[in-house]
Amino acid sequence: MHKLLASAYKEVVLLSRDIGGIAILFIMPLVLVITITLIQDSSFKTINNTQIPILIVDNDRGSVSESIFEGLTSSNTFEIIKSASEEEAKGAVFKGDYQLAIVIPKTLSDALQKKVDRNVEGILAQFGLEDEVPSASAERTTQKEIRLYFDPATQITFKSSVKNGIDKMISQIETQSIYKAFQQQIGEEEDTAIFETDSFISFKEIVPTKDDQDILPNSAQHNVPAWALFAIFFIIVPLSINMVKEKTQGTFVRLRTNPVNYVTVLGGKTIVYVGVCLIQFTFMLLVGVYLFPSIGLPKLDISGRLPLLFVVAAFAGLAAVGLGLLLGTVAKTQEQSAPFGATFVVILAALGGVWVPVFIMPKFMQLLSNLSPMNWGLNGFYDVFLRNASFWEILPEISLLLLFFIITTIISIVYNERKNAV
Amino acid sequence: MIEIHQLSKKYKGAEGFSVENLDLRVEDQEIFGLLGPNGAGKTTLISILSSLLRPTSGSFSINGLTFQENKNELKQLIGIVPQEYALYPTLTAFENLSYFGSMYGLQGNALRSLIGEHLEILGLTRFANKRLSTFSGGMKRRVNLIASILHSPKILFLDEPTVGVDVQSKNVIIDHLKQLNKEGATIIYTSHHLNEAENFCSRVAIIDKGKIITKGVPADLVSAQENAYNLEDVFLTITGKALRDHA
Repeated sequence: MHKLLASAYKEVVLLSRDIGGIAILFIMPLVLVITITLIQDSSFKTINNTQIPILIVDNDRGSVSESIFEGLTSSNTFEIIKSASEEEAKGAVFKGDYQLAIVIPKTLSDALQKKVDRNVEGILAQFGLEDEVPSASAERTTQKEIRLYFDPATQITFKSSVKNGIDKMISQIETQSIYKAFQQQIGEEEDTAIFETDSFISFKEIVPTKDDQDILPNSAQHNVPAWALFAIFFIIVPLSINMVKEKTQGTFVRLRTNPVNYVTVLGGKTIVYVGVCLIQFTFMLLVGVYLFPSIGLPKLDISGRLPLLFVVAAFAGLAAVGLGLLLGTVAKTQEQSAPFGATFVVILAALGGVWVPVFIMPKFMQLLSNLSPMNWGLNGFYDVFLRNASFWEILPEISLLLLFFIITTIISIVYNERKNAV
Repeated sequence: MIEIHQLSKKYKGAEGFSVENLDLRVEDQEIFGLLGPNGAGKTTLISILSSLLRPTSGSFSINGLTFQENKNELKQLIGIVPQEYALYPTLTAFENLSYFGSMYGLQGNALRSLIGEHLEILGLTRFANKRLSTFSGGMKRRVNLIASILHSPKILFLDEPTVGVDVQSKNVIIDHLKQLNKEGATIIYTSHHLNEAENFCSRVAIIDKGKIITKGVPADLVSAQENAYNLEDVFLTITGKALRDHA
């Protein structure tokens, strides 16, 4: 026990003498979480609070194009700028001057009206309400298309949300045209509404609740756990460098001749570096709670969750330290450990869903994601932060993290024993 | 007592043996010098005896104990002063010594008092709380020595303990080692300083290409060699004057 404490104390003193290392361990993760949250929060606000300028080429000049204009204007998302021709709009968008151009084809309103009228007449004739059934071979209306031009640099998510919005708008216009046509055929005046055109089916998002209060996620709730986890795992870089330094300085050779086992040496490092992870995490929470609101970011809500958050952080720290110990044991030079450690953390973060949610990854990557300790940690944090989970609900994730620590540490010990056996 | 039987070591990919079929017996309380040109196998032999390297074949025992059966007991019994400083440059002399002393199970006042005594003897008391990175080569060598003897080892292996240090530091180190020997420590020592070895060692062995070429009391080796006035003459006669660079 005394040897373990002496090892831990030595690690604390070594860390405290390395100002650059402390900066990397404590300041950089804070800078990272603030920067990422600011960026993500501002892009969220951009979509909701500011208008994106788009071009519209109106070749129709009819009721349909009017409805499209009204729909786009009322969404408050776009600032509509009329463009004279399709070529001009296409050039401006492809140059990156605008994100989007919408080209409404000629005679769209007329064509839609004709198609709807013919269909309605056909239906009414089936019920004997029309004298003449329109023949199938009668004048067929050519299908019309609204063309969309996107800046090639536009994000896929933006493109799909615009496409969905326009698709919905077109469906509404078509539905209303059908209702109107029926009304006209039945002979009612247009002003007298006999059809209710409002949507009958609506939807409402039901969010988790705690103490009868809705838990509303914000960019802080999403970003702090994700980037805190990223910072926790970055501990493998300084930890493995620390171990490689001991080899190159010769202190590890001296330790091998001392009556102390490798488990004690690793134990001292584990205590200190898990402690560092928890301090890092505390700083991140403090920044989320106290600094975020003062710089216009949403406040991180940790009410009632603190103990479980620290449980997840401690186990994530153990997993990260286990990986660092393994890397430090195997690597021979800092040139091996530092770039490998940094790149590996980025890969684990990508696989873990820190950048792209796991559910939108390809099937194979989703399978791989299940093997990433960062995925277990992130799910643990989201369970506590966003899903109001209890200790028993996060038990599978923290057990996996603990298992990962045990396995990586055992591999380190076995590797060291085999390499240095006499 | 150290007994070595047919000890050999061949590194992976090496053409020849670094230590080959070596037999040696070092008695209690001897100061035994292992002398030889670069690449002769001195450091390899010390590394094997201090559990840092696995021999390819052969065996050895220290006070009747082997690393295979009595690892921790043996580690407590021996002390190794490596050729490198093997200390943490950002820790102070006291912190380094306190840490390595703790690894031998020393603690509390006993440890502090031992550190104080050794620092005093080796003239480092006023530098106890300075970081190693600010020390000169000679000062680092002295701390390196203290880190290996705090636990009062019965057998002390020293791999070039005075290399690159000033004459004053060298004298202090040698005097301290002589004192430890008087107190009962057996010392196995490698060096390129043949005059130092001649005066310091009770017996020496000249090793070349992994084999012991000759061994005995320095004065006897000198008198046995024709036209030799000192150990250096004996050494050059036996190992030759050709350069022994190796990589």
